[in-house]
Amino acid sequence: MASITFVVNGQEETVDVVPETPLLWVLRDTLALTGTKFGCGLAQCGACTVHVDGVPTRSCVTQVANIAGRSVTTIEGLSPDGSHPVQRAWAEADVPQCGYCQSGQIMSAAALLASNPEPTDADIDTAMRGNICRCGTYQPIRAAIHEAARKLAGADTEDA
Amino acid sequence: MTGRPIRIDRRDFLKTGAAATGGLLLGFGFDDASAQFGGPPPPITPDAFVHIGSDNVVTLIVHKPENGQGAETAIAMLLAEELECDWNQIRTEFAPIAPIYGGPLQGTFGSMGVRTSFEPMRRTGAAAREMLVQAGAARFGVEPAACRAENGAVVNGASGERLSFGELAADAAQLPVPEGVPLKAASEFRLIGKPVPRRDTALKVAGKATYGIDFVRPNMVYASLVRCPVFGGKVASFDATRARGMPGVKDVIEIPQGVAVIADTTWAAMEGRRVLDVSWDEGEHADLSSAAIHAHLGALIDEPGAVASDVGAADAALETAATRVEADYDAPYLAHAPMEPFNAVAEVTDTRCDVWTGTQIPGLAHSSAVEASGLAADQVRIHTLYMGGGFGSRGGGSWVAETVEIAKRAGVPVKLLWSREDDLQHDRYRPASRVRLEAGLDGEGWPVAWTGRAACSSFAGLRNGVDREGVADLADPHYAIANVHFEYHEPGLPIPTNYWRSVGHSQNTFFAESFIDELAAEAGRDPVEYRRRLLADNPRLLHVLDLAAEQAGWGAALPAGHFHGVAVTYCFGSYNAQIAEVSVESGRVRVHRVTCVVDCGTAVNPAGVVQQMQGGIVYGLSAALRGRITIDRGRVVETNFHQYEPLRIDEMPVVDVHIVPSDAPPAGIGEVGTPAIAPAVTNALYRATGKRIRSLPISL
Repeated sequence: MASITFVVNGQEETVDVVPETPLLWVLRDTLALTGTKFGCGLAQCGACTVHVDGVPTRSCVTQVANIAGRSVTTIEGLSPDGSHPVQRAWAEADVPQCGYCQSGQIMSAAALLASNPEPTDADIDTAMRGNICRCGTYQPIRAAIHEAARKLAGADTEDA
Repeated sequence: MTGRPIRIDRRDFLKTGAAATGGLLLGFGFDDASAQFGGPPPPITPDAFVHIGSDNVVTLIVHKPENGQGAETAIAMLLAEELECDWNQIRTEFAPIAPIYGGPLQGTFGSMGVRTSFEPMRRTGAAAREMLVQAGAARFGVEPAACRAENGAVVNGASGERLSFGELAADAAQLPVPEGVPLKAASEFRLIGKPVPRRDTALKVAGKATYGIDFVRPNMVYASLVRCPVFGGKVASFDATRARGMPGVKDVIEIPQGVAVIADTTWAAMEGRRVLDVSWDEGEHADLSSAAIHAHLGALIDEPGAVASDVGAADAALETAATRVEADYDAPYLAHAPMEPFNAVAEVTDTRCDVWTGTQIPGLAHSSAVEASGLAADQVRIHTLYMGGGFGSRGGGSWVAETVEIAKRAGVPVKLLWSREDDLQHDRYRPASRVRLEAGLDGEGWPVAWTGRAACSSFAGLRNGVDREGVADLADPHYAIANVHFEYHEPGLPIPTNYWRSVGHSQNTFFAESFIDELAAEAGRDPVEYRRRLLADNPRLLHVLDLAAEQAGWGAALPAGHFHGVAVTYCFGSYNAQIAEVSVESGRVRVHRVTCVVDCGTAVNPAGVVQQMQGGIVYGLSAALRGRITIDRGRVVETNFHQYEPLRIDEMPVVDVHIVPSDAPPAGIGEVGTPAIAPAVTNALYRATGKRIRSLPISL
């Protein structure tokens, strides 16, 4: 066991866990942040995607020891009330069906837009192909990412 | 599985009562559950379905669990349409176990959620509305006819005074149930037929929906279970020394289904299981392979089987046909692979067992938990949570029985989580099948005989030696063919099988729609025109085909290298045509666009219908392109998504869904999109390459 300190959703946390434990299970079982999901355990499906220092990361294959001193954002921390432009676009397009993969989809999309505010369809394919949806919501996901980009651009205009 | 039409003929359809808190309760009886099992209808309890509280909240008990299909939203729409409440004053809860919610198979399956709720839920809303209007009229001192209900209030038409449903609920609860309240005509609907956003979206985009995997109890421990990898095998012995030495591991116990490691976190349980040393008694199927199964099924279709259909004189018609066409097809075992692996939390004492899980059929979860716990039925409670997908897999109770077995030994609440490897290797699978079809054509190329045999594991039971799902689409072709004869073989294989989205249609529509395409090619006729003429007596199927051809621009020029393929299906009461636009790029199949036309009767929530058709198409396309569960040495070869890879976003075609306007009663929708996509794609590939794909998944 080891004591590991890192920031989760803006708040410093210290956990006493086996250092090889994947971040996913520390988030879910130790910190009770269950919005991040388990789908495969092999970085094949993207359901466990979180941001580590802003970079989309598969938490199921990321040892928590490697997170020490770093900053993690989960779906719970993307916005306090589901109002992040990606979440709003997702709600307007009514994307989720079963919804289980959507935390990971939203985290991947938010990371894409943070680095590429006007993604093309090809950019979306590249950034999102690691996120599997068995319900088949890919078409509304694509539309929602374009809409979120418009929202973000609008927000930038308003800020300027 | 096809649903039975709803039939309401009992006088005591609806019962009402007063809630202890002063609200109005309504319960009604579904006809489908008791009819399915032939028993007497369950007693109708007033508190079963709807509670209108003095706090103005309308609580709807949803008896169809939510696995993504949108039943929670559509069923609430049915109530709100007649009740005239405000959409936002409805709160939903998933039903507990009780006979009134469906009996032993209480749950969601067979694309039946909305169609079986369509009439009773509206009738309940209408009766409640009339009672509230009567209560309001009495308060206003006017005749009920002078009042109306709107947006959750009763309005005095003359004065404009309003009383909310909450203010009237206690009064309404004292009134008798009105009989024969007329339901709205379709032209009067304000919700039904309009796209309504899902009720669960806000939770799901915020990561706040509670799935089974998310549920926790105080003092709960986590379990991982290793099962014999060979079908039919069992534990011979095990050495838990290393596992017990792993950090966080609390115990290692044997249950009938395998050996469970119990730990203080999910990861610790998985790690303990990783080092668990188990010797297996692999049983009698340790040599079984996909190749052997394929050969077995092939030998069966060489021999006569149980007669599934016999219309006209097929043999004689074949003998005199101008041309005969024969083809063999096959489809593999498939796993369901919902995104959320199976899991449950169980808490078992001497007198009570509680299970929290996402399950399509809480009724089966309940019977599994009763058996595993050894308790009486009324001591066992199932708490239904959101499901991360189901697609047919979440009907059984295997993981519930496992969790209860572990929890009753552990003495504390236990969460059991399957890994993805567990999911792919211990699912109950869509059966593998082989089919031989033969047709006789007349001198003009029109079919005069359609015959064949299928070999495909049954899981729904045999009637006169035939599994109806095993011969769906094959024994009763949609097309006008005078002479039909079809036979079926149950192959007696040890691989466990189960409903998989669209059930028998999932493979048989591929076989039937490929074969009719082969006949069109043999006749030298256009595949759409060929089908059109043979569907002259099937107007709704003909209509969706015509619309799909029109919307897709069938026959018009496509980009270079792109080709159209067509397929139709009729299943779960709905009619569907799909046209796929396909190309082959560097030896790889690309599906660019799917034009999908569906006639599902009344589309209660068209937004939900579009979701389900798109989703059904992606599910079927994933299977068509790559889906295969392989058996070797009696066990499943595929372990995770790298070997059982669903469609990803970069392969997603544009899917255009067109809904045929209809006032007919709603038909099923959750499974309707899946069957036609594989043959639409392979029929396009035939036009692109000249190669006929007769085996799934597609290999060029």
